[in-house]
Amino acid sequence: MRIPILKLHNYLLVSIQIDLDDQTAIDFQEDLLSKIHKSGATGVVIDLTSVDIIDSFIAKVLGDVVSMSDLMGAKVVLTGIQPAVAMTLIDLGIHLQNVPTALDLEQGLIKLRQELEE
Amino acid sequence: MITKSSVQINKEWDIVGARQMGRELAKDLGFGTVDQARIATAISELARNIYLYAKKGKIAYETVEKMNQKGLKIIASDQGPGINDLSKVMEDGFSTSGGLGAGLPGVKRLMDYFDVVSEPGKGTTITTIKWVR
Repeated sequence: MRIPILKLHNYLLVSIQIDLDDQTAIDFQEDLLSKIHKSGATGVVIDLTSVDIIDSFIAKVLGDVVSMSDLMGAKVVLTGIQPAVAMTLIDLGIHLQNVPTALDLEQGLIKLRQELEE
Repeated sequence: MITKSSVQINKEWDIVGARQMGRELAKDLGFGTVDQARIATAISELARNIYLYAKKGKIAYETVEKMNQKGLKIIASDQGPGINDLSKVMEDGFSTSGGLGAGLPGVKRLMDYFDVVSEPGKGTTITTIKWVR
């Protein structure tokens, strides 16, 4: 399964709406990086509103994709992390420090604009 | 009434199957959304450990009851290499797989009861329980 990545001006928008298995998560990582490369996008919002489980593996993939995109010159913001997911991640001992987050897609886009100083 | 069921872990996608099944059972038992997420995440970690270290094994589910309290027992078992140093794997941040998995301390924090029995060369059985609040 492939997660759709939409382009909007110089941003990429992703809404993850499936229960992520490991392979889909890894494919998504590759797809996003190649899409950043091809499109020259400067900002990415990954919306997690519909995700009700983030385990340590998915958290690592998401954290890595933020760092990888950063290396390529694109800022990534994760949005819409559910209360239950936030509580579970902290229980697991995963803090996702240095990962920019925002409440929802709208706030995420505002945050990107600020970070990119547009 | 006690219900028992299980999911075999043989391939990577079984991790998703095991946690979805756990979530369904937790929902049916009356767990709230946060505890459903905790249980499903704990199962995901346990199933991934099986897949990574033992290649195959089983996640078993059992409803339990004590003094009018209902709970869900999750038993993760495999006949894999076992754990050589149990005290070490219970340390936060310890990993033999190069950073994958938050490990057993994370699972212990997500659940109410946690027990691990392991014999090197023979396998590992991890038993956890979450009680409905």
